[in-house]
Amino acid sequence: MSVRELSFAQAIQEALAQAMEVDPRVFLMGEDIGVYGGAFQVTGDLVHRFGEDRVMDTPISELGGAGVAVGAAIAGSRPVYEFQFSDFSTLAMEQIVNQAAKMRYMLGGKVSVPIVFRMPCGSGTGAAAQHSQSLEAWFGHVPGLKVVEPSTPEDAKGLILAAIDDPDPVLVFEHKLLYKIKGNVPEIMYRTPIGKAVVRRNGKDATVVASAIMVHKALEAAEALAKEGIDIEVIDLRSIRPIDGATIIESVKKTTRLACIYEGVKTLGIGAEISAMIAESEAFDYLDAPIMRLGGAETPIPYSPILEKVAVPQVDGITDALRNLVKGGF
Amino acid sequence: MPASPKTTSSIKGPNARPFYAKHNAEQLKEALRRMWLIRRFEEMAEDSYVRGLTHGTMHLSIGQEATAIGVCMDLTDKDYITSTHRGHGHCIGKGAEVRYMFAEFFGKEEGYCRGRGGSMHIADPATGNLGANGIVGGGLPLATGAALAIKQRKTKDVAVCFFGDGANNEGAFHESLNIAGVWKLPVIYVCENNQYGMSVSTARSTAVKDVATRAAGYDMPGVVVDGNSIADVNEAMMAAMERARKGQGPTLIECKTYRTKGHSRSDRNRYRSKDEIEDWKQRDPIPAFEYDLQAHGVMTAAEAKAIRAGVEKEIEEAFAFAQAGTNPTPDSLLRDIYTAGSAA
Amino acid sequence: MTVEVILPKVDMDMSTGVISQWHVKDGDTVKKGQPIFDIETDKAAMEIEAPGDGTIKLADLGGAKDIAIGTVVAVIYGPGEIVKAVGASAVPASAAAATPVARQPAAPIPPPAAPRQGTTDEGIRATPLARRQARQAGLQLGNIIGSGPNGRIVAADVQSSRAAAVKAPSPANETVADAGTRAQFEAGSFTEIPFDGMRRTIAQRLTLSKQTVPHFYLSATCTIDILMAIRQRLNGHAPLNPDKSPAWKLSINDFIIKAMALALQQVPAANVTFADNAILQHHRSDIGVAVAVEGGLFTPVVRAAESKTLSTISREMKELAARARARKLQPAEYQGGCAAISNLGMFGVEQFSAIINPPQATILAVGAAVERFVPVNGQPVLATQVTLTLSCDHRAVDGAVGAALLQSIKRLIEDPALMLA
Repeated sequence: MSVRELSFAQAIQEALAQAMEVDPRVFLMGEDIGVYGGAFQVTGDLVHRFGEDRVMDTPISELGGAGVAVGAAIAGSRPVYEFQFSDFSTLAMEQIVNQAAKMRYMLGGKVSVPIVFRMPCGSGTGAAAQHSQSLEAWFGHVPGLKVVEPSTPEDAKGLILAAIDDPDPVLVFEHKLLYKIKGNVPEIMYRTPIGKAVVRRNGKDATVVASAIMVHKALEAAEALAKEGIDIEVIDLRSIRPIDGATIIESVKKTTRLACIYEGVKTLGIGAEISAMIAESEAFDYLDAPIMRLGGAETPIPYSPILEKVAVPQVDGITDALRNLVKGGF
Repeated sequence: MPASPKTTSSIKGPNARPFYAKHNAEQLKEALRRMWLIRRFEEMAEDSYVRGLTHGTMHLSIGQEATAIGVCMDLTDKDYITSTHRGHGHCIGKGAEVRYMFAEFFGKEEGYCRGRGGSMHIADPATGNLGANGIVGGGLPLATGAALAIKQRKTKDVAVCFFGDGANNEGAFHESLNIAGVWKLPVIYVCENNQYGMSVSTARSTAVKDVATRAAGYDMPGVVVDGNSIADVNEAMMAAMERARKGQGPTLIECKTYRTKGHSRSDRNRYRSKDEIEDWKQRDPIPAFEYDLQAHGVMTAAEAKAIRAGVEKEIEEAFAFAQAGTNPTPDSLLRDIYTAGSAA
Repeated sequence: MTVEVILPKVDMDMSTGVISQWHVKDGDTVKKGQPIFDIETDKAAMEIEAPGDGTIKLADLGGAKDIAIGTVVAVIYGPGEIVKAVGASAVPASAAAATPVARQPAAPIPPPAAPRQGTTDEGIRATPLARRQARQAGLQLGNIIGSGPNGRIVAADVQSSRAAAVKAPSPANETVADAGTRAQFEAGSFTEIPFDGMRRTIAQRLTLSKQTVPHFYLSATCTIDILMAIRQRLNGHAPLNPDKSPAWKLSINDFIIKAMALALQQVPAANVTFADNAILQHHRSDIGVAVAVEGGLFTPVVRAAESKTLSTISREMKELAARARARKLQPAEYQGGCAAISNLGMFGVEQFSAIINPPQATILAVGAAVERFVPVNGQPVLATQVTLTLSCDHRAVDGAVGAALLQSIKRLIEDPALMLA
C-alpha cells in the first residue's frame, strides 16, 4: 500500500469511506453532506458511492439530528454526525452533554455511545463570530466525551478512524484552515491513538504545546528562532481529552520552559489546564521561567480581516513571545 | 368499586373490541398485575422517601398506569422505549423487575444502573429500555435515533418514545418528529398528557388544545385517546405498531391522563384544586380495568385479590432485597465513564 | 388498623421539619385526606393529610421544634383499637430502618511540610528550577543576584553563582532597573563609571546583609587615656630595624583588634556565625579589618588575633592593608573571619553604625578619639574617649550576648593591662 499526498479534507473523506466499506453499521449524518458534498467538501461524492441511506442529509435541525445520531448509536449503529460549523453544536448541547456523554455512566455501564461528531472549527475565514469559534475546551470539560484535534492530513485520517472505532463519543475538531493543507497519507486503514501527543520538533530551550493550526504556526516560529540559536520543542497535542500529560511533562523537564499556544479564548482554556497540570507535576521543579499562555483574545471573532488576525495568535507574535520566554524577559 | 367509565358490551365475538379480541386472559391479567405493581411500587417508593430512606427526588405516575401498560404490553425485548423522569411505570411495563428498581433507589450496586442513575435514569438496555431521562424532551431524539437504527437493520421492531405534555413545547419534540416524518421511521411517540408541565397547565403552555394536532405538521397520524383506559391506549398502540412495521412511519398518540400526586415530592399542589384531583381519582384506571375484567368473566374476584396479594408480596421482597443490597465503594467513582480498555 | 403519622420529607434537602400548626386535637376523629398539620420548611408551609381514618393520638414530642423526618408525630387508631399514649420515646421511623451508609474516610491530609531550612530563601523571586539547583548546591538564594525580570533568579544565575563561589566573584549582568535609574537624570549631567567586580561584590554582599541579616546596634563610650599612655610607652621602646626605622608603631586600632579578639574569647557566645541550620561557634578570633581602597574596600582578616602580640597584629595589619590597596590580596586573606572592625576615626567621625559582613556576626564601628570633659567626683576632668558601636546579627547574637561582648571590649580598652592576663 502506498503513501500519497492528500489534503486534510481528502484524508478525512478517505477515512470515512474506508470505515463505511468495512463496517455496514457506519453511516454519516449531517446538513448538506449528500449531493452538496458538505460545506467544506469533506464528504464530497461519498453519497454517490454509498447511497443516501448511509450519507444522510438531515434537516437543518442540529438538536434533532445530533440527538437522532446519539439514539442510533445507543441502539447499535455507528453514526458520524457532521456539524456544518462546530459553532452549531451549541444548538445540540443537550444531546451531546446531557445524553451522549452521560448515558454510559448513568446506566451503570450498560450501554455504549459509539458516535463521532465532526466539528469544523476556527477562525481565519472571515465568517465572523458565529462561524469561527474554537470550543474544544468546552467539550473537554465534560467527562464521558473524548476530544481530538488533528493538525495533519495523516492524523486527520488516523484520528477519524480511531474515533469511529472508539466505543465512546468522540468529537473531532477540524480547523477549517487546515482542510486544504496537504501531506503524506498512507493508503491503508490505520488509527492514530486517541490520548497521545506527538513531538513535532525536538528542541532544548522551551516546549511549545499546541494543537491543530497552532502546531503549524509554532513550527514556523521555531524555525525562525532556530536562526537565532533558540531551539524550540513543539508538541502537537492531538487529543484534548484524554490529554497526554506524560509527553508534556517529560518535555518540560528537558527544556525547563513551557508555552501553551491555542486558538480558543485564553482564559479558562486548554492552556490553563496544561499550565496547572505542569504546576502540579514533577516538572514544576524543572521550570526556569513562568509558564506562558498564548490564546485567543477575550472577544468574539471579529469580521474585519485586520481584527480577525489579531484576535488569535499569529506567527510573528508567537516568535516574539517565545524569544522572550527563552531570553528571560518573561 | 367505582363504576368503570369504559364498560364494554362484549369481549368475544364479532363485536369484541380489538383489545379484548387480541389478548388472551393471561395477557390481560398480567397487564392488570403490572398496573398494580406500578401503583404499589410507587406508593412504597414514596413511603421510603418520606421516611428519609432514599435521597434525591422522585416523580410519581400514580393515575397514569393504564398508559404505561397499554403501550408496553405488546412490545418485545427487541423493541425500544425511551422514558421520562416520570418513568417507573414504563420500566415495569417494559418488564423491569421491581427489586432492581428499588435497589437503584437505594443507590445499590444491584440497581439497574448500579446506583449511578437513581429514580430518573432507570434503564434496562438488555430489554430494550433505553432509560428514563432527567431532561424534558431528552428521549425524543434518542427514540427517533433508535428507530433509525432499526430501519438500518431492516427488522420489524419499533421504538416507542414516552414524553409528557411539557416536552411538546421543546425544540427536540419538533425536530425529532420532523426527522421521523421525513425518514418514515418506525417510531411511536406517546404523549402522556397529564395536564401539567410541573405547575403550568397545557392550556397555559400549549397553543393547541391537543398535542396530537401537531402530528399534522410532521405528516403522521395524531390520535387522542383516554389515557386512563388501557383498552383505548392499547388499541391506538396496535394501530401505530402496524403502521411502523409496514414502513409507513411514525404515529403520535396523545393519552389524556392525570397524575394524582404532585410533580415531585416537593410539590404543594398550589396550581390545581382538590376537587380536580378528587375528580380524577374517581377515574382511577386500575379499579376500572379490574372491574372490566371481572364484569366480562376474564377474572374472578378471588383472582383479583390473589393478584394484589402477589404484588404485595413481590413489593415486600423486592424492598427487602434492595435494602440489603451492596453499597458502591468510593473507589468505583470513575467506573464506566468510558468503556474499559478504550483511550481514557 | 393503626396508621402512623410521620413527619414527611417534603423537600430534597430536608432533614428536619417544623410543625407550624396542628389542624386537629388529640383524640379527634380524622378522615383520610383531611389536613391534619402544616409543615414549615425554609421554602413554604405545606399541608399534610391524614393517612388513614380513625382517632388521632398526638405524640408527645417533648416540645421539640425541629423534628427529624420520619419521626412518628401521631398515630391514628381504627374503631375499637386501644389508644395508647404515644410517648416521646416514639422512635423516628428512619432511625430504626435507615440503612447505615458507611462514612467515607476523608482523604488523608498530609502533614504540613516542615519549614525549609534557611528561611532566608523566602520572598526571593526565583524559578522553581533555580530554587532546586540552589538547594542542591547548598547556596542561599539571597546570595544570588537574579538576572530575570524583577530580579528573578533563574537557573543560569545559580550556575554562575556556584562558579563564583569557587572562583573570584564574577561580574553579574546589569540589572534591568538601570535604564530607569539613568532616566531620572539629565543626559550629560553625569559620567558613567562602569562597575568593576569589587563594586558588584560590595553591592551584592551588603545588600544581602542589610536585607537578610537582622541588625541591632549597641554603643559604648570608652575612655582611652590609659591605652594612649601605654601605646606611647610601647612605641617609645620599639627596637630599631636595620634601616633605623622602629620595629613597630602601634595604632589605637591595633589595640582594638586585640581587645576584640580577647573579648570574643571571653564571650564565646558572640564568636559565632549563623549558618543554614546551625550556629557555628568559632574557636579562634579571626578579626576582619575594613581597609578603604581606591574604588571600594577590603576586609582582610587577622587570624587568631587573640594569640598574637600587639606588635605582630600591627605588622600583619600593615602588610595586609598595603596589599589590599594594591589589590593583591588572596581570597584566603579576606574570606571568613569571626568578627570585623571598621574605623572611621581618622575622618573625624565620632560615631557610626556598620553593616555586618556575612558570614561574620558582629562588626565594631570605631569613632574618632575625642577629648571631653567628664565628671569625676563631681569635677570636670579631661578625658580622651572613643565611641564604639557594635552591630550584631540577631539571628546568632542576642542583645545580652552582644552587650557582654561590648562590655568586655570596653573593659580591655579602658585598661589594656588586662590584655596581659
